[in-house]
Amino acid sequence: MSSEVRFTDFKSDKQPTWCPGCGDFGTMNGMMKALAETGNDPDNTFVVAGIGCSGKIGTYMHSYAIHGVHGRALPVGAGVKMANPDLEVMVAGGDGDGYSIGAGHFVHAVRRNVDMSYIVMDNRIYGLTKGQASPTSREDFETSTTPEGPQQPPVNPLALALASGATFIAQSFSSDALRHQEIVQQAIEHDGFGFVNVFSPCVTFNDVDTYDYFRDSLVDLADTDYDPTDREAAKEKVLDADKEYMGVLYQDENSVPYEETHGLDSSMAEIDHEGAPEGATDLVREFY
Amino acid sequence: MPADFNWAIGGEAGDGIDSTGKVFAQALSRAGRHVFTSKDFASRIRGGYTAYKVRTSTEKVRSVVDRLDVLVALTPRTIEENLDELHEGSIIIYDGERTTMADVEIPEGMIGLDVPLKSLAEDAGGAVMRNVVALGAACEATSFDIEHLDSSLKKHFGGKGQAIVDNNKQAARLGQEYVRDNYPDADLQYDLETTDNDYVLLNGDEAIGMGAIAAGCKYYAGYPITPATDVMTYLKGRIEQFGGHVVQAEDELAAINLALGAARAGARSMTATSGPGIDLMAETFGLVATSETPLVVVDVMRSGPSTGMPTKQEQGDLNMMLYGGHGEIPRFVLAPTTVEECFWKTVEAFNLAEKYQTPVYLAADLAMAVTEQTFEPDAFDMDAVEIDRGKVVDEESIADHQTESGGFKPHEITEDGVSPRAIPGTEGGAHMSTGLEHDEQGRRTEDTEMRVEQVDKRNRKIQTAREREDFSPREFGDPDSDNLVVSWGSNEGTLVEALEFLQEEDIDVRILSVPYLFPRPDLTEEFEAADDVVVVECNATGQFADVVEHDTLQRVKRVNKYNGVQFKADELADDIKRTLASGQEVEA
Ligand SMILES: Cc1ncc(C[n+]2csc(CCOP(=O)(O)OP(=O)(O)O)c2C)c(N)n1
Ligand code: SF4
Ligand SMILES: [Mg+2]
Repeated sequence: MSSEVRFTDFKSDKQPTWCPGCGDFGTMNGMMKALAETGNDPDNTFVVAGIGCSGKIGTYMHSYAIHGVHGRALPVGAGVKMANPDLEVMVAGGDGDGYSIGAGHFVHAVRRNVDMSYIVMDNRIYGLTKGQASPTSREDFETSTTPEGPQQPPVNPLALALASGATFIAQSFSSDALRHQEIVQQAIEHDGFGFVNVFSPCVTFNDVDTYDYFRDSLVDLADTDYDPTDREAAKEKVLDADKEYMGVLYQDENSVPYEETHGLDSSMAEIDHEGAPEGATDLVREFY
Repeated sequence: MPADFNWAIGGEAGDGIDSTGKVFAQALSRAGRHVFTSKDFASRIRGGYTAYKVRTSTEKVRSVVDRLDVLVALTPRTIEENLDELHEGSIIIYDGERTTMADVEIPEGMIGLDVPLKSLAEDAGGAVMRNVVALGAACEATSFDIEHLDSSLKKHFGGKGQAIVDNNKQAARLGQEYVRDNYPDADLQYDLETTDNDYVLLNGDEAIGMGAIAAGCKYYAGYPITPATDVMTYLKGRIEQFGGHVVQAEDELAAINLALGAARAGARSMTATSGPGIDLMAETFGLVATSETPLVVVDVMRSGPSTGMPTKQEQGDLNMMLYGGHGEIPRFVLAPTTVEECFWKTVEAFNLAEKYQTPVYLAADLAMAVTEQTFEPDAFDMDAVEIDRGKVVDEESIADHQTESGGFKPHEITEDGVSPRAIPGTEGGAHMSTGLEHDEQGRRTEDTEMRVEQVDKRNRKIQTAREREDFSPREFGDPDSDNLVVSWGSNEGTLVEALEFLQEEDIDVRILSVPYLFPRPDLTEEFEAADDVVVVECNATGQFADVVEHDTLQRVKRVNKYNGVQFKADELADDIKRTLASGQEVEA
């Protein structure tokens, strides 16, 4: 089936209700194209969406999907993949969902290295709840709940990922459609946890981290001779506070995904017995 | 009462009390004796007092009693802690060469067997075996055939090689011979006879784990917490042999969400925790119900609230399981009443979860979860296990559940409330599921009619289950008695033993032990037929008493225990007697 799949097959019949101009349109388009381009179809794809404007993505895409509770998308995605490694699992959510309420899971999802992709739609703001500071908001970014700015440094998701043992770290920009799609595609194809932080501007509540800002400041690593397999170089890049980078910042070419280390190679959905499985009586005998 | 015998080993946490106790319990079980164990332990790894108690008889034993016949005391405090239970003729085995035990005083009328446990263990190959020396001494003191101990040692240490097994056997023999040689005239009157019966020895957590595997559970995610950890420990290393997997999650939020993910992927999936973890899981529990995902969530209750008394018994989470979570959440709440039932209710929980695509709480409690008990192996007859996966569609039948444009309807409005389930990978089944209110296709909606239809549909599943399933209580005692005693959870065994004490005083009672807490049996007729209804439970406020009063519109009397210790049969008989006689007024 996959050869005939077009990216529009991943579109649901619900029209997005995002504000016109919201970065999430471009982010989602790139995800759908990347899924189609990597040979997936809606019936073998499982999308897990967080809660936020970004989390609405599950509703606008067509595939097996779940839109769960705020901040817990990553463990759901890992559970899906472990139970059926044949599925293509993609998790998507906002910067608040992933780096605030779900920050604990982020660290552990990175460590676990389940073979799935994680797309964070980073607008440096809480969009859905109408404009409060997010963990990636700038120190002096004024919002209704932080009139003087958060006055604490933003979370550095790339560095956090690297410190947690990430095997794939990338950053993209929703309005650079081609590069964004390419980068997501690389995350999907990566053998392990493919993490992409996508700058996905909120045109309604964030007048600082705008399209213009990203267009002017982003440095595409593909235009340089940067080697993403060099972990030492990656350390320097993710900690560089003066620049915003686009592209793959780190990839461990020897990454072994969780399923492989744990011998998970087939779906657990099937139960081929109507009673207890063969050999179950041995379990009772063990207690003699 | 069958003549029973009570043995214990006590010392400091970290002294290997649990494993030694279990070795002895297993030896008794292998000798064809019934065993009921209990643990008196502190949660610190070192420093706290801890004891493993074994009650044994040639007949079935269902509870603990306040009596100790033989005590292996590794610390002076062990004797102090048990003074009330020791009696004239009780035997205390201790190591007088241990500095702390050198001037220990054996209470008047009791028999002290001073055995150099450590030195003898060293003779046998290592001081670590000193507890085993004590077990050998205990065999001699109770005329118990040491070959059963050998067999248990082989089971427990076999994995470490034959040399270790032989050393342990030797250690036991040195203990046995020491008592024989040095206390030839002591009045050691116990005689633990053996039978040819074959028993298995296991605890409730293990029974839950075994039930899960029997039911085809393939995925378990959990975060360690007393007293639920044994479920995970049991499954790890075993479920893999049946194609399954265990994950230690970063917290309970992750645990239930991992388990939810696996369930969405189509696996039979489970998580287990205790009260603090249940609190954390509450938000996702609502998502599980709204997205109509089959999931089993085990709550092995311990004393709360907050961190409470982590190693103590309580049945305090009932309200949380019945009502926990915002909004109105359809659910099942099952409460096994014995270790054996821990197995069967787990199997049933998986079937209910999948037949009704609804989360199931399995409410176990500490008193049965971590205490080993003997059963006939037939109690866990794997041939009697049945698996029902409910309305799963395949590539062909899916067409009956699609819209004209081919959209699958995972929340189709049906008469029985149960919708078709498409497992990911099924062609034509791709769909959204969400915690947002949704239409039949799982698409978000705030349409007022669809909202009502979906709420009603989900609740209708519970109604359907009431019609299709058997939620009867378990019954004991005199069916015609005017005195009705109602209980839930692990109190059942103690109640059954309390019957005999009550009979001695010519008090007859009818006992209903309720394993289905939601939906639960309607007890109105039973309550009306009785003069007095007494509800027995291990909590302070009478959570179950409240719900049955509400169900039946009748007042009940209450027996509540919440000091952290499970009921004992004689004590419970007294409580019931007193409560029946009292004009106990219930505070409204
Ligand atoms: C437990 C819980 N707390 C709070 C909320 C309210 N809430 C919904 S989305 C959100 C923040 C979303 O921010 P982000 O993840 O950055 O997503 P965005 O809307 O910016 O895409 C909050 C606080 C919630 N749904 N659940
Ligand atoms: S509020 Fe911001 S993030 Fe949300 S839809 Fe509008 S532009 Fe996008
Ligand atoms: Mg955001």
